[in-house]
Amino acid sequence: MTALPWWRDSRKLGWLVQAAVGLGLLVVVALLLSNLEQNLTRAGLRLTLGWLNQPAGFDIAETLLPYKASDSYGRALAAGLVNTLRVVGIGLVLSTALGVVAGAASFSTNPLLRGLSRTYVEVVRNIPLLLQLVFWYFAVFLTLPPANQAVQLPGLQLAKSGVYLLGARLVNGELVGGWRLSLELAALLTGLVIYSAAFIAEVVRGGIASVPRGQWEAAESLGLKPLATLRLVVLPQALRVIVPGLNSQYISLAKNSSLAVAIGYPDLYAVAETTLNQTGRGIEVFLLLMVVYLGLDLCISLLMNGVERLVHLKDR
Amino acid sequence: MSRLSLQRWRRQLFGSVPDTVLSLGLGALMAWAAWGFLHWAFGQAQWLVVRANAATLAIGRYPEAQEWRLWLLLGMLVSLTGLSWGLLRGRGGAAAPGWPLNDRIAAALLGLLTLGLPPLLAFGAINQGRLLCLLGLLLLLRTLAGRWGNHPWGQRLAKGWPLVWAGAYLLGLWLIGGGLGLTPVRPSDWGGLLFTLLITSLTLLLALPLGVLLALGRRSELPLLRWVSVAYIEVIRGAPLITLLFLGQNLVGFLLPGGLAPDRVWRAAAVLTGFAAAYVAEAVRGGLNAVPRGQLEASRSLGLSTAQTLALVVLPQALKVALPALVGQCIALLQDTTLLSIIGLFDLLGIARSVLANPDWLGRYAEVYLVLAVLYWGSCAALSLGSRALEQRLSSNNLRPSHR
Amino acid sequence: MRSFSRTPAALLLGLLFGLGGCASDQGPGPGSGRLAAIKARGSLTCGVDGKLPGFSYQASDGKYVGMDVDVCRALAAALFNDPNKVEYRELTSSERFTALASGEVDVLSRNTTRTLSRDATGGNGLEFAPTIYYDGQGVMVPVASGITSLKQLAGKTICTENGTTTELNLADRFREKGIPYTPVKYQTGDQTYAAYLQGRCAAVTSDRSQLAAKKTSFPDPEAHTLLPDVLSKEPLGPVTVNNDSGLGDALRWVVFASMQAEESGITSKNIKEKLAFAKANPNQADLRRFLGVEGELGQQLGLSADFVPRIIASVGNYGEIYSRNVGSESKLKLDRGLNRSYKDGGLIYSPPFR
Repeated sequence: MTALPWWRDSRKLGWLVQAAVGLGLLVVVALLLSNLEQNLTRAGLRLTLGWLNQPAGFDIAETLLPYKASDSYGRALAAGLVNTLRVVGIGLVLSTALGVVAGAASFSTNPLLRGLSRTYVEVVRNIPLLLQLVFWYFAVFLTLPPANQAVQLPGLQLAKSGVYLLGARLVNGELVGGWRLSLELAALLTGLVIYSAAFIAEVVRGGIASVPRGQWEAAESLGLKPLATLRLVVLPQALRVIVPGLNSQYISLAKNSSLAVAIGYPDLYAVAETTLNQTGRGIEVFLLLMVVYLGLDLCISLLMNGVERLVHLKDR
Repeated sequence: MSRLSLQRWRRQLFGSVPDTVLSLGLGALMAWAAWGFLHWAFGQAQWLVVRANAATLAIGRYPEAQEWRLWLLLGMLVSLTGLSWGLLRGRGGAAAPGWPLNDRIAAALLGLLTLGLPPLLAFGAINQGRLLCLLGLLLLLRTLAGRWGNHPWGQRLAKGWPLVWAGAYLLGLWLIGGGLGLTPVRPSDWGGLLFTLLITSLTLLLALPLGVLLALGRRSELPLLRWVSVAYIEVIRGAPLITLLFLGQNLVGFLLPGGLAPDRVWRAAAVLTGFAAAYVAEAVRGGLNAVPRGQLEASRSLGLSTAQTLALVVLPQALKVALPALVGQCIALLQDTTLLSIIGLFDLLGIARSVLANPDWLGRYAEVYLVLAVLYWGSCAALSLGSRALEQRLSSNNLRPSHR
Repeated sequence: MRSFSRTPAALLLGLLFGLGGCASDQGPGPGSGRLAAIKARGSLTCGVDGKLPGFSYQASDGKYVGMDVDVCRALAAALFNDPNKVEYRELTSSERFTALASGEVDVLSRNTTRTLSRDATGGNGLEFAPTIYYDGQGVMVPVASGITSLKQLAGKTICTENGTTTELNLADRFREKGIPYTPVKYQTGDQTYAAYLQGRCAAVTSDRSQLAAKKTSFPDPEAHTLLPDVLSKEPLGPVTVNNDSGLGDALRWVVFASMQAEESGITSKNIKEKLAFAKANPNQADLRRFLGVEGELGQQLGLSADFVPRIIASVGNYGEIYSRNVGSESKLKLDRGLNRSYKDGGLIYSPPFR
């Protein structure tokens, strides 16, 4: 049999294409790296991580991690990371709660509740998150009255100095005590939670809708009330579909928390930007940011994989 | 409403005590919120900021002397829209003549907007006249195209119509940017709604082919292509967009020779394209997975090469299935353009924030942001409505997207 | 399944890090012909703030005006005999140094404070031209708050802009005096002042010249006042990158030329007579050298022989630049203070042109 010419041999062609693509990529990467080295040398910089130990010199508005301006850049970035984790943690819990309620409400028998839930989801999903965040911060939270005229809600007191939960008292014209959230954190949480909950509501709705109607009817014929049906029969089955959707929404939330820089909350990205300004170490800071955010995504994915295994229905 | 549905409503709202309480409570809440909003909108809000800055919000710092080009662009877009609308409707032939109900509602709404909005926004009489002329042009062309849509050369025109839009897009870019006879207008002077729409459309057009290539690469049997595609998609999808924009703005200059640094707008557009391509790749992957393996094998047995298989058999089916997800990505991209304001570019949100930074308009955040919210919501809701209509039309097929 | 494909992504990044770290430490290379590149290009690219009245601000006709802008115009006049051959790029404080270091702008003329770590090769690696404005950091409060000293700001919030020496000085000074405070940082100056005006913070801090400039655009300028305390020294001036001594030297002596012109009494109004006078009188050695009638001072810098008359004719001397932008002829009316010539007790001093 005559040998196949090389341009019709799919195996050889495959190797050739890979070789060409690989060579092309190598050339491009080499070019970029050589330009990088040239420009860095010209500017007198060198890629290193030693600067992380130098004192930062700037203050951070609010930190859970104890930090003062004489601590190192590394500690400043760690403080920023803790702030991000705080927002992401609280945000995940609150948005899941609100999202589940909104998603379940869209199946309610009460048309008002149904309509409210649908309107909420449709309105919030189609407005960009950054616009919502700046709206909450600049148009709502920054216009709060001063402490001695604070807005009183059950268990909550809103003033220009912050949002106070659980019992703060007025002392000398200032509010003290209770658990205080700064305006920036409060606005960030409000915007993020409302936005993410809308998407989570859609996921929950899709999950509940995937449960066959027969399950609802069987439960009703057994005498179960709607709420009990939801809790005992539908949700366990719906979770199978909901959990992967939740995974991607949680990762979105973690990434969206970086928008805090626009409203003055010192999360990881904001502190990283300050660090960049003070040290000029653009490449290192960028790589650090990418590694941390990818790591955060990985953690969330691993967590949700574990949850998925928990809720996995064991088929007979 | 028939008596039966009225009874059903009453039963659902007030059937049991908890239901009644809930309905009354929600009703009261909604009424209070609506009254509060109306009281604010017509009483306390100062809408002058929107009137005074309408032009800035629409086109940014575009030089006034060159505004005629934007009017020309608008005229061109309106004409093409009218013709397309007419051609689409006219394809039904004699069986669907005239103006169906939806078209009449749309025309009435457009008329209302054109007559009502410009005076509110304090457009001059000339501009109001121009807008009315454009509306007339739209409706005229729609009628003409509808009447001749079934004509033989109307149908020939319809076949080549996508090319006409492509040519018009390039013409529009030339009109906006200048060069080759027109005074060049720098990208940093483009702003507002014009800039947002331009960046969104440009990024989408560039990201679609790139995303399709990445999706194909991810499914390829060649390990290098697969690993490179997977690495790219996973890294991009794991990073927040703001970090990537930061890379584009600050570090691209380091990566290019001799300090060559394209305009910030192009750098941001390149980053957005790369970002969107990764997500488009995921959407297309769902579509590709939905195409049954039998299609591939059948086309192979017919002797089609890989390229022909892809182009003629697999991709058309895959893209049709992935279309709703792709439109979702389009909506996400429109929303992501707001992040350009964080790096200092003047998209719609950026120019709104710079207007609000002017001490003359101190504190008028709610008014401006509300207008912006309505604009964004309108665009995104229109896109998602269109997507749902497309989904319904395509649901006749049995293919569903899957992510194996 | 998907979580595992993130591992190669993380590995890839780690590899990139390692490769970068292996970059060898080459010493500063020879002066990189940036000046030649600018001359070949035919225009200068200048990084400015763009929103600071008095320093760099877009007037209603779209042209940029200000002290920082005039420095760029002077350099363009020296290079091309046309002060308008400049392209301005507005930069936020976050991106100004990377834009300069990556070569996106040739010169950064953006009221930048000269500090050691910014100058040093081990730090930002920048090269500073002479200070054009000796400033200090100040604090602005509403008059109605009744705050008259820094100690009264204990426990209060202070608005500041991200990424400037301002936030570092604030932290240092307040730590030194033992005054607790909460900083609130925004990305741009506009947001900082807007938040301050809305009452988010009790005070706002920045360079005193910047505070005075922004105050003029407030809705009620008289309702705000600057505290008398000066928190730091802020010598502001234009910047280029290290390893670029050609451009750095040219910029330096362009700035000194405007200062020397004020000292010698040459203004944009009398430059023509002075030039004619210098050409006609061979014993006016200093003047002839300064104006390029004799000697090779311009050529040594890579500029033309008559670069000083070009500068004076297009932007004037230091005194004219100052009074036109921030002094008696402007809305800001800032006193010259330390920015007087050394003969009048200030710090403006030019080395000799020989």
